[in-house]
Amino acid sequence: MTTTEGNAPSATTPEIGGVGHSVRRKEDDRFVQGGGQYLEDITLPGMLHLALLRSPLPHARVVKIDASAAEQLPGVVAVVTGEALAAHDLAWMPTLSGDTQAVLATDKVRFQGQEVAGVVAESPYIAWDALELIDVEYDPLPPVVDPKRALEADAPLIRDDKEGQTDNSCYQWEAGDKAATDQAFAEADTVVSLDTHYPRSHPAPLETCGCVADLNPVTGQATIYMTSQAPHAIRTLFAMVAGLPEENIRVVSPDIGGGFGNKVPIYPGYVVATAASLLIGRPVKWIESRSENLISTGFARDYHMHADLALRRDGTMLGLRVNMVSDNGAFYADAQPSKFRAGLFHVVTGSYDYPAAHVVTQGAYTNKAPGGVAYRCSFRITEASYLIERLVQNAAYELGIDPAVLRMKNFIRPEQFPYHTPTGFVYDSGDYGAALQKALDHVAYAGIAQEKEEARKEGKLVGVGIASFTEAVGAGPSKDYDIAGLKMFDSAELRVHPTGKAILKLGTKSQGQGHETTYAQIVANELGIPASDIAVREGDTDDTPYGLGTYASRSTPTSGAAAVVIARKLREKARTIAAHLLEASEEDLDWEPGRFVVKGAPDRGVTIQDVALAAYTNFPDGTEPGLEGVHYYDPPNLTYPFGSYVVVVEVDEETGVWSVRRMIAVDDCGVRINPMIVEGQICGGLAEGFAMSAMQYITFDEDGNCIGSNFMDYLIPTAWETPRFELDETVTPSPHHPIGAKGVGESATVGSPAAYVNAVIDALAPFGIRNIDMPVTPARVWEAMREAKAGT
Amino acid sequence: MQVTVTVNGVERNGDVEPRMLLVHFLRTTLDLTGTHVGCDTSNCGACTVLLDGKPVKSCTMFAVQANRRSITTVEGLKQDGQLDPIQQGFKEMHGLQCGFCTPAMMLVSKALLDRDSDPEEDDIRWALSGNLCRCTGYVNIVKAVQWAANEMQRATP
Amino acid sequence: MYPAEFDYVAPTTLDEVLAVLAERGDEAKVLAGGQSLIPMMKLRFAFPEALVDVNRVPGLDSLEESDGHLRVGALVRHNDVVTSEVVRRANHTMAAAAPWIADPIVRNLGTVGGSVAHADPLGDWASVMLACGADVVARSTTGERVIPMADFISGPFTTALEPTELLTELRVPKYAGGGGGAYLKMERKVGDYATVGVATHLDLDGGGTVTAAGVALTSVAPHNIKAVEAEQALVGQTPSDALFAEAADLAAGAAEPRDDVRGTAEYKREIVRVFTRRGLAKALELAHAS
Repeated sequence: MTTTEGNAPSATTPEIGGVGHSVRRKEDDRFVQGGGQYLEDITLPGMLHLALLRSPLPHARVVKIDASAAEQLPGVVAVVTGEALAAHDLAWMPTLSGDTQAVLATDKVRFQGQEVAGVVAESPYIAWDALELIDVEYDPLPPVVDPKRALEADAPLIRDDKEGQTDNSCYQWEAGDKAATDQAFAEADTVVSLDTHYPRSHPAPLETCGCVADLNPVTGQATIYMTSQAPHAIRTLFAMVAGLPEENIRVVSPDIGGGFGNKVPIYPGYVVATAASLLIGRPVKWIESRSENLISTGFARDYHMHADLALRRDGTMLGLRVNMVSDNGAFYADAQPSKFRAGLFHVVTGSYDYPAAHVVTQGAYTNKAPGGVAYRCSFRITEASYLIERLVQNAAYELGIDPAVLRMKNFIRPEQFPYHTPTGFVYDSGDYGAALQKALDHVAYAGIAQEKEEARKEGKLVGVGIASFTEAVGAGPSKDYDIAGLKMFDSAELRVHPTGKAILKLGTKSQGQGHETTYAQIVANELGIPASDIAVREGDTDDTPYGLGTYASRSTPTSGAAAVVIARKLREKARTIAAHLLEASEEDLDWEPGRFVVKGAPDRGVTIQDVALAAYTNFPDGTEPGLEGVHYYDPPNLTYPFGSYVVVVEVDEETGVWSVRRMIAVDDCGVRINPMIVEGQICGGLAEGFAMSAMQYITFDEDGNCIGSNFMDYLIPTAWETPRFELDETVTPSPHHPIGAKGVGESATVGSPAAYVNAVIDALAPFGIRNIDMPVTPARVWEAMREAKAGT
Repeated sequence: MQVTVTVNGVERNGDVEPRMLLVHFLRTTLDLTGTHVGCDTSNCGACTVLLDGKPVKSCTMFAVQANRRSITTVEGLKQDGQLDPIQQGFKEMHGLQCGFCTPAMMLVSKALLDRDSDPEEDDIRWALSGNLCRCTGYVNIVKAVQWAANEMQRATP
Repeated sequence: MYPAEFDYVAPTTLDEVLAVLAERGDEAKVLAGGQSLIPMMKLRFAFPEALVDVNRVPGLDSLEESDGHLRVGALVRHNDVVTSEVVRRANHTMAAAAPWIADPIVRNLGTVGGSVAHADPLGDWASVMLACGADVVARSTTGERVIPMADFISGPFTTALEPTELLTELRVPKYAGGGGGAYLKMERKVGDYATVGVATHLDLDGGGTVTAAGVALTSVAPHNIKAVEAEQALVGQTPSDALFAEAADLAAGAAEPRDDVRGTAEYKREIVRVFTRRGLAKALELAHAS
């Protein structure tokens, strides 16, 4: 274990509830009483309801829109079309990736479900009645559904709205060193390859996206309640897009019922609602249905990946080549750092030590919903981690080396940190071998061969799968990271009240991660004020310091660090005041959580509460009154959580049905602020990993129809299908984070899919099967076995 | 049409279109926003309430069907200023993260414990298999129900 | 998400229900559990002019044995079957199927009769009733009809019921001798429709010979079907692994599955084979135990 002196947090009592305590969540009181205030719960006087008409076709010219019958329906206040928005220059909007996206279609529709018109009415029932009365004439065009087909020279052009766009290429980006990689491959004894498609998935938080736009015609103030994981960034972008003065825009993110990256982008519904409110002069609420959420909002994954791993005969890894084509849908709307067109996919070298890698990526436009960066993907690390961990297992089979042994042999060793990867990451700390060993011990790995034998006698196939992932979170240092130009720092503003309580405000925004509790614990640890005495605020842009929001597991590494820094600054000021109260010099004071005490005179002390009062009533000459400050934290690096997951499955050879016998997860996210909350995050991610590996995906037929646009087709496992999990940990603090914490929200979603899939492939190894793409359904397992048996 | 529904023990009245879904009647007409809408195909269970003590999806019923019947929503769990054991269990065992599925999960759990005071883990997962959660992976929801079951047995003489 | 407008009546007697159906049957739908109808109305795939809510009519929810039948009233909920001691003794196919209908919450409102009348080819109850040789009882203002289940469903969502008729009960014959049955359902998750469902039913005489056999299939044809050749191969025979394997092959042959997201036609056909074999074995086990 590596620890940097000075960043191991000191212990506090359970009453104070600092770092390391499983403090029960403060926010739960309102949620368990039905008192959460989610977007759909918000009602304003005079509020109207917006419903959106969507295209049934994936690719077509819009010939004519006749909304006259809809406008006549009693209760309808307005019908908005692309033409009306175009008059205000609002028919198109910029995306977070520097592209443009249609708000309401003008020339063409480019994906099934694309927004075509909006009805504003007195009730949602009437609005949906009116949608049926809008008559749209379409002239169908051939849809492009396969991204590789999209990139062919003769494919239909999707983005003919973009000047100079002559093909369906969305971006091209590469990382690493081609020459060095070629050299490595030339020296290799073996090259192992894998072709795999990480299918399109969708975060599908249980609450869909929505907003209430309230543009007050008298004051000119725009208040937009929005399900947004990044309210400050949204406010700035709204100011630029809508031309509203930024000081008059207030974005308020209320309680959010799950985000997972789905609630980062700006959606057409937000813009139409805002425009409608502006034009009509009344508040307008838009809340999408589940079908709309699945068919049109920020999806995840859809990477077509090919990788080659060069190795020596003895299993030493030498180099990695990756070619990837991403399906970005009709508009390039990824919410990711602007410098990296494929997100952090180039972390694909994984947990292993080898000198050369070359990653070539290509994005394609297709006639599908826009996006790709979402669903706890950590900016595409889900895709990268899946690829390398699947490839490593195949390499193990190819070389006849045990997959655990092959990993151990090639892991980056603890003494190699900070470790520079061939594609430009600097991993801060890690002990990959310790985590894997712990997981192997839990599963009694040495006995698995025996378990397989015994299962075979009962006609069952047993397999074991490993995934040893390295994550990269906490975007990020201003040198390399920005979204739409906004650097990815974050913030914390802390005020201690005269009565010794405190209020902490941050630029992040929880969607269930427990920030009202964990951030309070951070400050409690530094100042000794009980966490229960510290109120935490996020989400209201008028009331919180500027920040880039919560996604990509960045809150603890950025705002968490900012909270530590500002709390320590206030503690230094508190020391000055304490010295004044105790009539001692600052150097003569010791600090124990919550109290300054004179060295050698333990009964001469003042509590932090005494100091707080004094900051307003009895402060020394020359000291600024109050006990308050704000810090903007520009992280020096990302942080790198990691872990090893081991899954044991059994497969029914007759039906292809598989189930998890054991799922062991050993995670290392550095110092854990609230172990209970960390474990909750991990369990959620392990379940999502299972979902994607087993059943959950969006697909399209050859006509561009979306299959998976409602919960009958998009399958989310229930408590019955979801496996039980066994959790353990190692702790390797981050050397550069003020309390050594790393962030954990996405680790399990990143790392677990490969573990589940590796286990099923391992069960089928006797048939020589090397790959089944996710979702690994019983039908696909059965087909693979049948094909393999027919081949022999 | 006039409807009279007893909600959380109190008789409530409304004048509604027949097509108004029960969930909208609760949320909009009666201002009880603790019951949530999570989907449009009756798959997610976020809208679950108790109809005469039995879990039903309030998005798959019309308000008029509830005429002269009795509904319990999440707002009715707290009695005499005290949280129900199931509510305490969810707090104690970190059974919620975003909270959106939680009202439904608690009501279904309560109905389970009313008929089976000592369920096995499999029984709990089976009873909850009509309710989706995206955040927790269900692990702590199960623990919350087990906590509540223990608490209720402890409290019963 | 929001249904279209409709007229609503909630009669309190069966005669009132039938009178409304006689007058408005063509444009009205019966509302029992509503767990299939209301979702269709919310997506506006169904938009009846009127709904006749039958939930307040007394006497439609009886679940009892009489005259050698198990009588399942129109308002018997799926969960009533799950918890029924009567069913547990009287019909193993029904007992096996009930817990796998939809999800636990839907089972509190959805009805067996409603499911059969709805005739979704992915629905489970119709296969159970086909395998067990049940009869449908339909009432209208002109009287009562008894329709054998084998004649009831003619296509997807298409039954022999007239718009003026209400399905009032299902009559399931009781086992003559030692009987057993099973329902095996391949579903991707709880709440999904069947990828494949197989209902089996066996009635044995004192010597262990099969006197009646039922094999019916869900989701592998335009509507729920009986695997008639498989049934005929079983009747009059002594059960054995070889016999069940033969019946399983015949059942697989009777299926007309299609490729879709749940699997290929070959896969589904194979599951029919496997589930028929397993379901007959289970039926035999229960028949011996009784």
